Amino acid sequence: MLSALTLILACQLAGELTTRFLGLPVPGPVAGMMILFAFLALKGSVPDDIGAVADTLLKNLALLFVPAGVGVMAHLSLLGQDLMPISVALIGSTVLTIAVTAAVMARLARASAGEEGAIKDD
Amino acid sequence: MTDLSDVWVYLNASPLLFLTLTLAAFQAGGWVYTRSGHKPFLNPVLTAVVLVVALLTLSGTTYESYFEGAQFVHFLLGPATVALAIPLYRQFDRVKRSAAALLTSILCGSLTAIGSAVGLGWLLGASRETLLALAPKSVTAPVAMGITEQLGGLPSLTAVLVILTGILGAVVGPIVLNLLKVKDWRARGLALGTASHGIGTARALQVNELAGAFSGLAMGLNALATAILLPVLWRWFF
Repeated sequence: MLSALTLILACQLAGELTTRFLGLPVPGPVAGMMILFAFLALKGSVPDDIGAVADTLLKNLALLFVPAGVGVMAHLSLLGQDLMPISVALIGSTVLTIAVTAAVMARLARASAGEEGAIKDD
Repeated sequence: MTDLSDVWVYLNASPLLFLTLTLAAFQAGGWVYTRSGHKPFLNPVLTAVVLVVALLTLSGTTYESYFEGAQFVHFLLGPATVALAIPLYRQFDRVKRSAAALLTSILCGSLTAIGSAVGLGWLLGASRETLLALAPKSVTAPVAMGITEQLGGLPSLTAVLVILTGILGAVVGPIVLNLLKVKDWRARGLALGTASHGIGTARALQVNELAGAFSGLAMGLNALATAILLPVLWRWFF
Protein backbone atom coordinates (compact mmCIF):
# COMPACT_ATOMS: atom_id res chain seq x y z
CA MET A 1 0.00 0.00 0.00
CA LEU A 2 2.75 2.43 1.03
CA SER A 3 5.02 1.31 -1.80
CA ALA A 4 2.15 1.72 -4.29
CA LEU A 5 1.50 5.27 -3.10
CA THR A 6 5.23 6.01 -3.32
CA LEU A 7 5.33 4.71 -6.89
CA ILE A 8 2.35 6.87 -7.92
CA LEU A 9 3.86 9.99 -6.33
CA ALA A 10 7.25 9.21 -7.89
CA CYS A 11 5.59 8.97 -11.32
CA GLN A 12 3.93 12.34 -10.75
CA LEU A 13 7.23 13.88 -9.67
CA ALA A 14 9.00 12.42 -12.71
CA GLY A 15 6.18 13.78 -14.87
CA GLU A 16 6.46 17.27 -13.37
CA LEU A 17 10.23 17.30 -13.87
CA THR A 18 10.02 15.99 -17.44
CA THR A 19 7.39 18.49 -18.59
CA ARG A 20 9.20 21.36 -16.92
CA PHE A 21 12.65 20.59 -18.30
CA LEU A 22 11.44 19.76 -21.80
CA GLY A 23 8.82 22.53 -21.85
CA LEU A 24 6.09 20.07 -22.91
CA PRO A 25 2.53 21.42 -23.27
CA VAL A 26 0.97 18.78 -20.96
CA PRO A 27 0.53 18.98 -17.18
CA GLY A 28 2.96 17.02 -14.98
CA PRO A 29 0.34 14.53 -13.71
CA VAL A 30 -0.68 13.63 -17.30
CA ALA A 31 2.98 12.93 -18.12
CA GLY A 32 3.11 10.96 -14.85
CA MET A 33 0.16 8.89 -16.07
CA MET A 34 2.13 8.00 -19.22
CA ILE A 35 5.19 7.08 -17.12
CA LEU A 36 3.12 4.81 -14.85
CA PHE A 37 1.52 3.29 -17.95
CA ALA A 38 4.99 2.56 -19.40
CA PHE A 39 5.98 0.95 -16.09
CA LEU A 40 2.88 -1.30 -16.15
CA ALA A 41 3.49 -2.20 -19.79
CA LEU A 42 7.09 -3.24 -18.99
CA LYS A 43 5.91 -5.25 -15.99
CA GLY A 44 3.13 -6.86 -17.99
CA SER A 45 0.48 -6.68 -15.24
CA VAL A 46 -0.99 -4.41 -12.57
CA PRO A 47 0.42 -5.32 -9.10
CA ASP A 48 -2.47 -5.84 -6.65
CA ASP A 49 -1.48 -3.06 -4.24
CA ILE A 50 -1.15 -0.46 -7.02
CA GLY A 51 -4.52 -1.51 -8.39
CA ALA A 52 -6.09 -1.13 -4.94
CA VAL A 53 -4.63 2.36 -4.32
CA ALA A 54 -5.59 3.54 -7.82
CA ASP A 55 -9.13 2.19 -7.52
CA THR A 56 -9.60 3.97 -4.17
CA LEU A 57 -8.36 7.29 -5.58
CA LEU A 58 -10.44 7.00 -8.74
CA LYS A 59 -13.60 5.88 -6.95
CA ASN A 60 -13.53 9.27 -5.23
CA LEU A 61 -12.23 11.32 -8.15
CA ALA A 62 -15.30 13.59 -8.22
CA LEU A 63 -14.67 14.65 -4.59
CA LEU A 64 -11.23 15.97 -5.52
CA PHE A 65 -12.78 18.66 -7.74
CA VAL A 66 -14.81 20.25 -4.93
CA PRO A 67 -12.07 22.65 -3.67
CA ALA A 68 -11.41 23.92 -7.21
CA GLY A 69 -15.15 24.18 -7.80
CA VAL A 70 -15.59 26.32 -4.71
CA GLY A 71 -12.86 28.56 -6.19
CA VAL A 72 -15.41 29.75 -8.73
CA MET A 73 -16.88 31.77 -5.86
CA ALA A 74 -13.75 33.92 -5.57
CA HIS A 75 -13.85 34.84 -9.26
CA LEU A 76 -17.57 35.22 -9.93
CA SER A 77 -17.16 38.95 -10.58
CA LEU A 78 -15.01 38.09 -13.62
CA LEU A 79 -18.05 36.50 -15.23
CA GLY A 80 -20.27 39.54 -14.72
CA GLN A 81 -19.30 41.61 -17.75
CA ASP A 82 -19.87 38.99 -20.42
CA LEU A 83 -22.44 36.87 -18.61
CA MET A 84 -24.69 36.31 -21.64
CA PRO A 85 -22.03 35.29 -24.20
CA ILE A 86 -20.25 33.17 -21.57
CA SER A 87 -23.38 31.22 -20.56
CA VAL A 88 -24.46 30.59 -24.16
CA ALA A 89 -20.93 29.65 -25.28
CA LEU A 90 -20.35 27.30 -22.33
CA ILE A 91 -23.66 25.46 -22.64
CA GLY A 92 -23.74 25.41 -26.45
CA SER A 93 -20.12 24.39 -26.87
CA THR A 94 -20.21 21.69 -24.18
CA VAL A 95 -23.34 20.07 -25.68
CA LEU A 96 -21.92 20.30 -29.23
CA THR A 97 -18.52 18.87 -28.23
CA ILE A 98 -20.11 15.90 -26.46
CA ALA A 99 -22.46 15.28 -29.41
CA VAL A 100 -19.76 15.54 -32.10
CA THR A 101 -17.15 13.42 -30.28
CA ALA A 102 -19.64 10.68 -29.42
CA ALA A 103 -21.24 10.65 -32.89
CA VAL A 104 -17.90 10.42 -34.73
CA MET A 105 -16.63 7.67 -32.41
CA ALA A 106 -19.87 5.68 -32.54
CA ARG A 107 -19.86 5.77 -36.34
CA LEU A 108 -16.14 4.99 -36.82
CA ALA A 109 -16.07 2.30 -34.14
CA ARG A 110 -19.07 0.56 -35.68
CA ALA A 111 -17.40 0.70 -39.09
CA SER A 112 -14.14 -0.84 -37.86
CA ALA A 113 -14.03 -2.97 -34.73
CA GLY A 114 -17.67 -3.94 -34.45
CA GLU A 115 -19.86 -3.56 -31.39
CA GLU A 116 -17.61 -4.83 -28.62
CA GLY A 117 -17.94 -1.69 -26.51
CA ALA A 118 -21.70 -1.48 -26.82
CA ILE A 119 -24.04 -1.83 -23.87
CA LYS A 120 -26.26 -3.91 -26.09
CA ASP A 121 -26.76 -4.31 -29.81
CA ASP A 122 -29.41 -2.17 -31.39
CA MET B 1 -14.46 28.15 30.23
CA THR B 2 -13.47 28.82 26.65
CA ASP B 3 -15.10 31.62 24.73
CA LEU B 4 -16.95 30.54 21.60
CA SER B 5 -14.99 33.02 19.50
CA ASP B 6 -11.73 31.39 20.69
CA VAL B 7 -13.01 28.08 19.41
CA TRP B 8 -13.87 29.70 16.06
CA VAL B 9 -10.39 31.27 15.83
CA TYR B 10 -8.82 27.88 16.50
CA LEU B 11 -11.03 26.08 13.96
CA ASN B 12 -10.43 28.76 11.33
CA ALA B 13 -6.66 28.44 11.72
CA SER B 14 -6.52 24.65 11.44
CA PRO B 15 -7.15 22.69 8.26
CA LEU B 16 -9.47 20.31 10.12
CA LEU B 17 -12.70 22.31 9.81
CA PHE B 18 -12.66 22.97 6.08
CA LEU B 19 -11.30 19.53 5.27
CA THR B 20 -14.21 18.01 7.18
CA LEU B 21 -16.66 20.43 5.56
CA THR B 22 -15.46 19.44 2.07
CA LEU B 23 -15.88 15.72 2.75
CA ALA B 24 -19.24 16.19 4.50
CA ALA B 25 -20.62 18.39 1.71
CA PHE B 26 -19.60 15.82 -0.90
CA GLN B 27 -21.20 13.02 1.12
CA ALA B 28 -24.37 15.08 1.37
CA GLY B 29 -24.20 15.61 -2.40
CA GLY B 30 -23.83 11.87 -2.96
CA TRP B 31 -26.76 11.17 -0.65
CA VAL B 32 -29.03 13.63 -2.47
CA TYR B 33 -27.95 12.15 -5.82
CA THR B 34 -28.76 8.59 -4.73
CA ARG B 35 -32.05 9.57 -3.08
CA SER B 36 -33.16 11.41 -6.22
CA GLY B 37 -32.70 8.24 -8.26
CA HIS B 38 -29.52 9.57 -9.94
CA LYS B 39 -30.94 12.76 -11.48
CA PRO B 40 -28.06 14.20 -13.57
CA PHE B 41 -28.60 17.81 -12.45
CA LEU B 42 -28.19 16.73 -8.81
CA ASN B 43 -24.52 15.96 -9.56
CA PRO B 44 -22.65 15.45 -6.22
CA VAL B 45 -19.84 17.90 -7.17
CA LEU B 46 -22.38 20.59 -8.00
CA THR B 47 -24.34 20.07 -4.76
CA ALA B 48 -21.15 20.03 -2.69
CA VAL B 49 -19.84 23.24 -4.30
CA VAL B 50 -23.16 25.06 -3.78
CA LEU B 51 -23.33 23.91 -0.14
CA VAL B 52 -19.75 24.95 0.65
CA VAL B 53 -20.07 28.32 -1.14
CA ALA B 54 -23.31 29.02 0.78
CA LEU B 55 -21.71 28.17 4.13
CA LEU B 56 -18.56 30.19 3.41
CA THR B 57 -20.61 33.19 2.31
CA LEU B 58 -22.90 33.00 5.36
CA SER B 59 -19.95 32.75 7.76
CA GLY B 60 -17.96 35.44 5.95
CA THR B 61 -15.05 33.08 5.26
CA THR B 62 -12.70 33.85 2.35
CA TYR B 63 -11.77 31.26 -0.27
CA GLU B 64 -8.13 31.52 0.84
CA SER B 65 -8.84 30.38 4.40
CA TYR B 66 -11.15 27.62 3.08
CA PHE B 67 -8.39 26.42 0.75
CA GLU B 68 -5.93 26.13 3.68
CA GLY B 69 -7.95 23.07 4.69
CA ALA B 70 -9.27 21.95 1.32
CA GLN B 71 -5.81 21.89 -0.28
CA PHE B 72 -5.24 18.38 1.07
CA VAL B 73 -8.14 17.10 -1.00
CA HIS B 74 -7.09 19.26 -3.96
CA PHE B 75 -3.56 17.87 -3.86
CA LEU B 76 -4.83 14.34 -4.49
CA LEU B 77 -5.94 15.39 -8.00
CA GLY B 78 -2.33 14.90 -9.14
CA PRO B 79 -1.89 11.31 -7.90
CA ALA B 80 -5.45 10.48 -9.08
CA THR B 81 -4.56 11.67 -12.60
CA VAL B 82 -1.46 9.44 -12.53
CA ALA B 83 -3.65 6.56 -11.33
CA LEU B 84 -5.73 6.85 -14.54
CA ALA B 85 -2.91 4.76 -16.05
CA ILE B 86 -4.43 1.70 -14.35
CA PRO B 87 -7.88 1.63 -16.06
CA LEU B 88 -6.11 2.66 -19.27
CA TYR B 89 -3.72 -0.31 -18.98
CA ARG B 90 -6.51 -2.75 -18.11
CA GLN B 91 -8.53 -1.65 -21.15
CA PHE B 92 -5.57 -1.12 -23.48
CA ASP B 93 -6.46 -3.97 -25.85
CA ARG B 94 -9.71 -2.18 -26.67
CA VAL B 95 -7.96 1.19 -26.91
CA LYS B 96 -5.44 -0.23 -29.41
CA ARG B 97 -8.14 -1.82 -31.54
CA SER B 98 -9.96 1.48 -32.00
CA ALA B 99 -6.88 3.74 -32.08
CA ALA B 100 -7.65 5.40 -35.44
CA ALA B 101 -11.33 5.99 -34.60
CA LEU B 102 -10.39 7.32 -31.18
CA LEU B 103 -7.80 9.79 -32.43
CA THR B 104 -10.15 11.06 -35.17
CA SER B 105 -13.04 11.61 -32.78
CA ILE B 106 -10.91 13.38 -30.16
CA LEU B 107 -9.52 15.68 -32.86
CA CYS B 108 -13.06 16.45 -34.13
CA GLY B 109 -14.18 17.05 -30.53
CA SER B 110 -11.21 19.28 -29.78
CA LEU B 111 -11.85 21.47 -32.84
CA THR B 112 -15.58 21.60 -32.06
CA ALA B 113 -14.86 22.67 -28.48
CA ILE B 114 -12.55 25.50 -29.54
CA GLY B 115 -14.56 26.60 -32.59
CA SER B 116 -18.01 26.58 -31.02
CA ALA B 117 -16.93 28.28 -27.78
CA VAL B 118 -15.08 31.09 -29.55
CA GLY B 119 -17.69 31.31 -32.34
CA LEU B 120 -20.69 31.58 -30.02
CA GLY B 121 -18.89 34.04 -27.75
CA TRP B 122 -17.81 36.17 -30.73
CA LEU B 123 -21.32 36.20 -32.22
CA LEU B 124 -22.71 37.47 -28.92
CA GLY B 125 -20.11 40.21 -28.64
CA ALA B 126 -17.77 38.81 -25.96
CA SER B 127 -14.57 40.76 -25.25
CA ARG B 128 -11.14 39.53 -26.37
CA GLU B 129 -10.29 38.49 -22.77
CA THR B 130 -13.47 36.43 -22.55
CA LEU B 131 -12.84 34.73 -25.91
CA LEU B 132 -9.29 33.85 -24.87
CA ALA B 133 -10.61 32.27 -21.66
CA LEU B 134 -13.45 30.44 -23.47
CA ALA B 135 -11.22 28.89 -26.16
CA PRO B 136 -9.48 26.22 -23.99
CA LYS B 137 -12.46 25.68 -21.62
CA SER B 138 -12.71 21.92 -22.31
CA VAL B 139 -9.09 21.26 -21.37
CA THR B 140 -7.84 20.25 -17.92
CA ALA B 141 -7.22 23.39 -15.79
CA PRO B 142 -3.38 23.64 -15.67
CA VAL B 143 -3.05 23.31 -19.47
CA ALA B 144 -5.99 25.63 -20.20
CA MET B 145 -4.55 28.34 -17.93
CA GLY B 146 -1.15 27.99 -19.58
CA ILE B 147 -2.62 28.37 -23.08
CA THR B 148 -4.63 31.48 -22.14
CA GLU B 149 -1.62 33.05 -20.47
CA GLN B 150 0.58 32.36 -23.49
CA LEU B 151 -1.92 34.18 -25.73
CA GLY B 152 -2.19 37.14 -23.37
CA GLY B 153 -5.50 36.33 -21.62
CA LEU B 154 -6.61 35.97 -17.98
CA PRO B 155 -5.71 32.56 -16.45
CA SER B 156 -8.02 33.10 -13.44
CA LEU B 157 -11.09 33.58 -15.67
CA THR B 158 -10.01 30.48 -17.63
CA ALA B 159 -9.89 28.42 -14.41
CA VAL B 160 -13.48 29.41 -13.59
CA LEU B 161 -14.74 28.56 -17.09
CA VAL B 162 -12.88 25.22 -17.08
CA ILE B 163 -14.49 24.15 -13.80
CA LEU B 164 -17.95 25.32 -14.93
CA THR B 165 -17.52 23.40 -18.20
CA GLY B 166 -16.52 20.29 -16.26
CA ILE B 167 -19.58 20.40 -14.02
CA LEU B 168 -21.82 21.27 -16.99
CA GLY B 169 -20.48 18.33 -19.01
CA ALA B 170 -20.98 15.91 -16.13
CA VAL B 171 -24.56 17.17 -15.70
CA VAL B 172 -25.76 17.44 -19.34
CA GLY B 173 -23.41 14.83 -20.88
CA PRO B 174 -25.43 11.73 -20.01
CA ILE B 175 -28.65 13.51 -21.13
CA VAL B 176 -27.16 14.46 -24.52
CA LEU B 177 -25.69 10.97 -25.02
CA ASN B 178 -29.01 9.30 -24.19
CA LEU B 179 -30.87 11.65 -26.56
CA LEU B 180 -28.42 10.72 -29.32
CA LYS B 181 -28.84 7.03 -28.40
CA VAL B 182 -25.07 6.53 -28.08
CA LYS B 183 -24.73 3.21 -26.27
CA ASP B 184 -21.06 2.47 -26.95
CA TRP B 185 -19.14 2.93 -23.66
CA ARG B 186 -16.03 3.95 -25.60
CA ALA B 187 -17.88 6.76 -27.40
CA ARG B 188 -19.57 7.91 -24.18
CA GLY B 189 -16.24 8.01 -22.33
CA LEU B 190 -14.43 9.83 -25.14
CA ALA B 191 -17.16 12.47 -25.36
CA LEU B 192 -17.15 13.17 -21.61
CA GLY B 193 -13.34 13.31 -21.37
CA THR B 194 -12.93 15.52 -24.46
CA ALA B 195 -15.68 18.01 -23.53
CA SER B 196 -15.27 18.17 -19.77
CA HIS B 197 -11.80 16.85 -18.77
CA GLY B 198 -11.38 15.38 -15.27
CA ILE B 199 -14.86 16.10 -13.97
CA GLY B 200 -16.30 14.32 -17.01
CA THR B 201 -13.84 11.47 -16.43
CA ALA B 202 -14.93 11.18 -12.81
CA ARG B 203 -18.53 10.88 -14.05
CA ALA B 204 -17.58 8.25 -16.65
CA LEU B 205 -15.60 6.19 -14.12
CA GLN B 206 -18.59 6.06 -11.78
CA VAL B 207 -20.60 4.30 -14.46
CA ASN B 208 -18.18 2.01 -16.28
CA GLU B 209 -14.43 1.25 -16.27
CA LEU B 210 -14.22 1.07 -20.07
CA ALA B 211 -15.87 4.49 -20.36
CA GLY B 212 -13.52 5.79 -17.65
CA ALA B 213 -10.41 4.52 -19.44
CA PHE B 214 -11.44 6.15 -22.72
CA SER B 215 -12.43 9.33 -20.90
CA GLY B 216 -9.08 9.66 -19.11
CA LEU B 217 -7.27 9.07 -22.38
CA ALA B 218 -9.44 11.65 -24.16
CA MET B 219 -8.70 14.18 -21.41
CA GLY B 220 -4.94 13.76 -21.88
CA LEU B 221 -5.02 13.75 -25.69
CA ASN B 222 -7.39 16.72 -25.90
CA ALA B 223 -5.06 18.69 -23.63
CA LEU B 224 -2.20 17.89 -25.99
CA ALA B 225 -4.20 18.64 -29.17
CA THR B 226 -5.56 21.95 -27.83
CA ALA B 227 -2.15 23.07 -26.57
CA ILE B 228 -0.73 22.56 -30.07
CA LEU B 229 -3.71 23.67 -32.21
CA LEU B 230 -5.21 26.58 -30.31
CA PRO B 231 -2.26 29.04 -30.48
CA VAL B 232 -1.98 28.40 -34.24
CA LEU B 233 -5.73 28.81 -34.85
CA TRP B 234 -5.92 31.91 -32.67
CA ARG B 235 -3.13 33.73 -34.51
CA TRP B 236 -4.71 32.69 -37.80
CA PHE B 237 -8.15 34.15 -37.00
CA PHE B 238 -7.38 37.11 -34.73
